Amino acid sequence: MSRPRTLYQKHIDSHTVCTLDDQGHVLLYVNRQVANEYTSPQAFSGMREAGREVWRPGATLAVVDHVNPTAPARTATMPDAGGAQQVSYFEKNCRDFGIELFDVLDKRQGIEHVVAPEQGFILPGMVVAAGDSHTTTYGALGAFGFGIGTSEIEHLLATQTLVYKRLKTLRVTVNGVLGAGVTSKDIIMALIENIGASGATGYAIEFAGPAIEALSVEARMTICNMAVEAGARGAFMAPDDKVFAYLQLKPRAPKGELWTRAVEHWKTLHSDDGAVFDREVTLDVAALEPMVTWGTSPDQAAPVGGHVPDPAAQPDPILRQGLQRALDYMGLQPGMPLSDVVISHAFIGSCTNARIEDLRDVARVVRGKHVATHVRAMIVPGSTLVRQQAEDEGLAQIFLDAGFEWRQSGCSMCLAMNDDVLAPGDRCASSTNRNFEGRQGAGARTHLMSPAMVAAAAISGHLTDVRTFAQEA
Amino acid sequence: MQTFNTVTGSAAPLLAANIDTDVIMPKQFLKGIDRQGLDRGLFFDSRFLASGEPNPQFVLNQAPWNTATFLVTGPNFGCGSSREHAVWGLKQVGIRALIGTTFAGIFYDNCQRNGVLVIQLDEAEFKRVAEASSIAATAQISVNLPEQRIELADGSVIGFEIDQLRKQSLLLGLDAIGTTLQRAGQIRAFEARHLADNPWLG
Repeated sequence: MSRPRTLYQKHIDSHTVCTLDDQGHVLLYVNRQVANEYTSPQAFSGMREAGREVWRPGATLAVVDHVNPTAPARTATMPDAGGAQQVSYFEKNCRDFGIELFDVLDKRQGIEHVVAPEQGFILPGMVVAAGDSHTTTYGALGAFGFGIGTSEIEHLLATQTLVYKRLKTLRVTVNGVLGAGVTSKDIIMALIENIGASGATGYAIEFAGPAIEALSVEARMTICNMAVEAGARGAFMAPDDKVFAYLQLKPRAPKGELWTRAVEHWKTLHSDDGAVFDREVTLDVAALEPMVTWGTSPDQAAPVGGHVPDPAAQPDPILRQGLQRALDYMGLQPGMPLSDVVISHAFIGSCTNARIEDLRDVARVVRGKHVATHVRAMIVPGSTLVRQQAEDEGLAQIFLDAGFEWRQSGCSMCLAMNDDVLAPGDRCASSTNRNFEGRQGAGARTHLMSPAMVAAAAISGHLTDVRTFAQEA
Repeated sequence: MQTFNTVTGSAAPLLAANIDTDVIMPKQFLKGIDRQGLDRGLFFDSRFLASGEPNPQFVLNQAPWNTATFLVTGPNFGCGSSREHAVWGLKQVGIRALIGTTFAGIFYDNCQRNGVLVIQLDEAEFKRVAEASSIAATAQISVNLPEQRIELADGSVIGFEIDQLRKQSLLLGLDAIGTTLQRAGQIRAFEARHLADNPWLG
């Protein structure tokens, strides 16, 4: 009998073209990739300069998402010259190399990690790499996704493979039943706070346990998406019936007899009994509170009922200096209750939290209420199809009535590469993934939290425990 | 790709934890379709004041670190976004190697693919390099890749580990794609078998 293997090992074994050394390097076959306009141009230029062909054009789906405006009226015009040049070169590259493109006017356009699952482009058992760190999202479907840089995009386009070093494996077992108003975003934020921003560097995480099984597929995507903020170079979950049900009706999912055969195979995609992980972490979420970040790294987070920490309590001088710098940047005083933090902006969007379930969560919180007068609140749906669905379900009207801007899809203010940029000193409650210095605009301050928590902050004008808001059944 | 053999120069300390790629290369420098002009963007918000003048407080604006060849970096350097622009910017200001305890995975690979050597040391050894680099008089170091050692100004030597695959690629400046394409037949055979076994992926 063969040795029990983890799901990660099964993925890598089944995609290894050949072993390159005895230090863990393999030539790894990659099934699919998603491309965007901002990390791909130099890769395509490299292909052109070397006169190389794309190995398998159908393996790539191209989506414009990072630089496009999200103003409520959709137009193909990019307001700045750089973005316009990136989009037009992207279109040319897709045309010349035979790659399918969802341009900004396509009804299926949106954030790549929302669009690809929505189309059924990502399936269990696949290895997926893309020029975006949040490619880890696909782990929620039982695929192994990871981010790569532009040189690796070029390597992938030219060879359909990557020179890859096997990671160590970390299993995170999540136990307990989440309380009302607490979400998968809070689970992943609590994990990152717990193990640190480099706590999973060098590892692939497998999430398991009853609290994961209880989550919807979309909620699981939020967890895999943000695993990279703990340094994980991949994070996934064994696919189950929820995943199969999620995929079955997607446009590109296999049909008929192929579907039956695929599901039969996908059911074998789990870690074997007795498989050994390099490291194990257990998290109990029964008492978990909604989380918010107070600093400039995703691990600088606390329950919303907590306080801003005091750097003076940190004995290590470099860490103390780092804490002080974070508080100075964030304009916060040690010991201050987090619920006293007044915001100027609220942003709901990103590949982490802008799917339809996220928008339903927001609607439950804001229905019949109004955004605080000093707050500018924006909702940027994860895809144009999500936007359409939210309109069909009547959510958009709830948002508009509550004083939110209801915008078109794109990465938008998650990284502020387009014209959705905060000004210095602005303070934003954000459903995104990174609270780095300058992330949403030079000098701007970001507090990460779940979409429902952003909604509550938008209404009350300061960070607020969403559980104190009356919610619909 | 530029080869790396033995390189000598000054090492600049950037010891804060979790210096992310947004800080290394802010968004306004990501709008190109080539690799040009990223030297200007490197650490832009730290290197320059609002007036556009160099910030005298920032280490890379102070002699001898203003001509640094190496960065000595705090834990988890390069975390966050996959943007390779961060590494292109480092190269364009003349950085040839980074020395730290831990680096973010995508950033680490991006360095490798651009001929920038990444050296991971344990805490104690790292501390020696960090202390030497923090004093102008001892900031000059040599990195010898063939012999896998760092030579400090006081003559002491610190050895480091590196995968042979990565080492050879840096020493020879290999074109990774060209090397992989030598296995094109093997990839094609694998692909045919893989798609036959998983026909729903076709």
